[in-house]
Amino acid sequence: MKILVGLGTCGIAAGSETIYRSLAARAGNGGPKFELGKTGCLGMCYIEPLVEVLDDDGAVWQYGGVTEDKLDRILDEHVAGGRPVDEWLVWSDEGRGNEGAYLARQNRIVLRNCGRIDPEVLEDYLAVGGYEALRKVLQGKDPDGLINLVVESGLRGRGGAGFLTGMKWRFTRLATGDHKYIICNADEGDPGAFMDRSVLESDPHSVLEGMAVAGYAIGADHGYIYARAEYPKAIERLNIAIAQAEARGFLGDRILGSDYSFHIRLKEGAGAFVCGEETALIGSIEGHRGMPRVRPPFPATKGLWGCPTSINNVETFANVPWIIANGAAAFNCLGTANSKGTKVFAMAGKVRRGGLVEVPMGISIREIVFEICGGIAGDRKFKAVQMGGPSGGCIPAELYDTVIDYESINRTGAIMGSGGLVVMDETTCMVDIARFFLDFTQRESCGKCTFCRVGTKRMLEILTRICEGEGRDGDIELLEHLAHLVKNNSLCGLGQTAPNPVLTTLKYFRSEYEAHITNKKCPAHHCQKLLSYTITEACTGCTVCGRVCPTGAIAGEKKQVHHLDPSKCIHCDECYKSCKFHAIVRS
Amino acid sequence: MSDHKKIDFKTLQYAGQEGRLIPLLQQAQAQDGYIARERLQEISEQTGAPIAQIYGVATFYAQFRFQPVGKHILRVCHGTACHVAGAKAISEALESHFGIHDGETTPDREYTLETVSCLGCCSLAPVIMIDGATYGNLSPTDIKKVIKQHRQAGEEVVKT
Repeated sequence: MKILVGLGTCGIAAGSETIYRSLAARAGNGGPKFELGKTGCLGMCYIEPLVEVLDDDGAVWQYGGVTEDKLDRILDEHVAGGRPVDEWLVWSDEGRGNEGAYLARQNRIVLRNCGRIDPEVLEDYLAVGGYEALRKVLQGKDPDGLINLVVESGLRGRGGAGFLTGMKWRFTRLATGDHKYIICNADEGDPGAFMDRSVLESDPHSVLEGMAVAGYAIGADHGYIYARAEYPKAIERLNIAIAQAEARGFLGDRILGSDYSFHIRLKEGAGAFVCGEETALIGSIEGHRGMPRVRPPFPATKGLWGCPTSINNVETFANVPWIIANGAAAFNCLGTANSKGTKVFAMAGKVRRGGLVEVPMGISIREIVFEICGGIAGDRKFKAVQMGGPSGGCIPAELYDTVIDYESINRTGAIMGSGGLVVMDETTCMVDIARFFLDFTQRESCGKCTFCRVGTKRMLEILTRICEGEGRDGDIELLEHLAHLVKNNSLCGLGQTAPNPVLTTLKYFRSEYEAHITNKKCPAHHCQKLLSYTITEACTGCTVCGRVCPTGAIAGEKKQVHHLDPSKCIHCDECYKSCKFHAIVRS
Repeated sequence: MSDHKKIDFKTLQYAGQEGRLIPLLQQAQAQDGYIARERLQEISEQTGAPIAQIYGVATFYAQFRFQPVGKHILRVCHGTACHVAGAKAISEALESHFGIHDGETTPDREYTLETVSCLGCCSLAPVIMIDGATYGNLSPTDIKKVIKQHRQAGEEVVKT
């Protein structure tokens, strides 16, 4: 019997290290016998910590929300007694468990090993067919055939733009240069996306294998992984994986006895969102300020150190070994006409089950949010999903039958992006969301293009003004005008897409903007400066609100209903947050 | 600062390689907690890159700081999911708990408060990270407990 504890960042934050230590202590303590192991992230972040019990006959049982005091019962009843504890069971391969719906509709290609293997043990990866794709490719000795296979599979870049991966490789292969490079873009900067972190933490070897295959296809001898410094666990595990792969001859000189040599180096990013743009990323690896440059020349002809370079995203690379092992047809039979395979979404926000979801392209937003993720937390009303991070947009509830493919999403005004999907309910103010994203892109603009540097700043000022109740007639038109100028006069994707959150919220939620500007009201009751506070008869006279009020706007005797003077109120929300009797009403 | 040891940047593994500036700056910050003026001069002398270029690179990236920091860095995530889940209230609670603002360090030099864009733990929003340890599903009232636990347990991660 074997017990595996999920030790991804989410799991650790939820306390899985404590569980692991506790199990390690029990393992040597005369109780039921079991072997203890680690694994990565299964993607069920909402119900971490996760503990998997593997029966001797191979049956898999997954427990969720495990705490230390639940361990005794799991060990006694399941490990010793052979009777799984159904109450806490989230999933089992024979169909028992309370959370089966979350996994049932998923189709795991990228996440195939996540949460199934120990990311720090190479043998675990080898046991599930790891590095077989690389071996097959090296034996085939046909880089052009390999590129054709990837083109045929229909795999498109999962970093956001959706360019055909095989075509990118072909251009890089055809370009001439002394050296060629592969870069893995692991600078996952979109707030709201975390699938790359999870793949790197849970299955780093699949990314390394994907890179080595890509290197063979284009004729590269070096690869770089440009990883976010904010992901310490991912960096730690990548370093371990690179050392293991080099020691076993899967990376380095003369890989697996062939004449192909490929070295991978890890570069830690230093915190700049714009470095997700490929020319800025190259600049950053070269040691410069990460500012984008004009394309063409594209990196495929003139990239890192002036040499042909193919830049692909983590999720793209993780797909590659699977496609080679299973063939192009197994991949392109999934999805829609122009978007093949699966896509991983990072589900977060006001959704009941948040985590990583890998679904075939062509599934609808409704199916993801309601059928897989269980709908909206707290049974509130579904309002919108935000897709594509700061470059994307908000898709309203009425369009929830939109299917997931690059073109359909683009038609709504949002973009697929890297796959962050933040669910919003009726308490989320759409003007505030637009302001939030503009605040982000405005700070992250590298400053090269005037419209991106200054235009986003002006847009942010207008949005802030609207959220604070200072909106004026004509602000909406001014925003639209500026948005188009910023879009059309910026060099890179950051500026070209920065206005998207504003444009989509204006398109679908214009009435909210108008309510803020004309009526000075926030329909979602979110923008504090637009709220008015009153104290109802439910007040018990506990005096707490009077004490927290920084301006002395609340007065009243002990055990008497208090009163609030609106002329002194600065809308700081302190009284509302402090009232235990729900006696303060915001409107 | 006069008491700092000189780093021989030439002997570091990155020196002599193209693209060395950022790893060198990261190394300097890992050692001192921030980029001291003297370090910029040392890097310039030893690599031959003009100090203006090094400063230009250092100021471009959010990671580099030019002020000394506390023993622990406390990062408050303000990503989309955290924003929707009330990251602002978490920041406010931390600011009032420590009596400092974003970017400042407590008088006992224990904690430095930083706002970051996304820590990638969106389904646990709102999230904070103290050094390498992540704490999720927080509410403003949890802050006192988390800090107390952190002070007691050092680096240990404890569920809140």
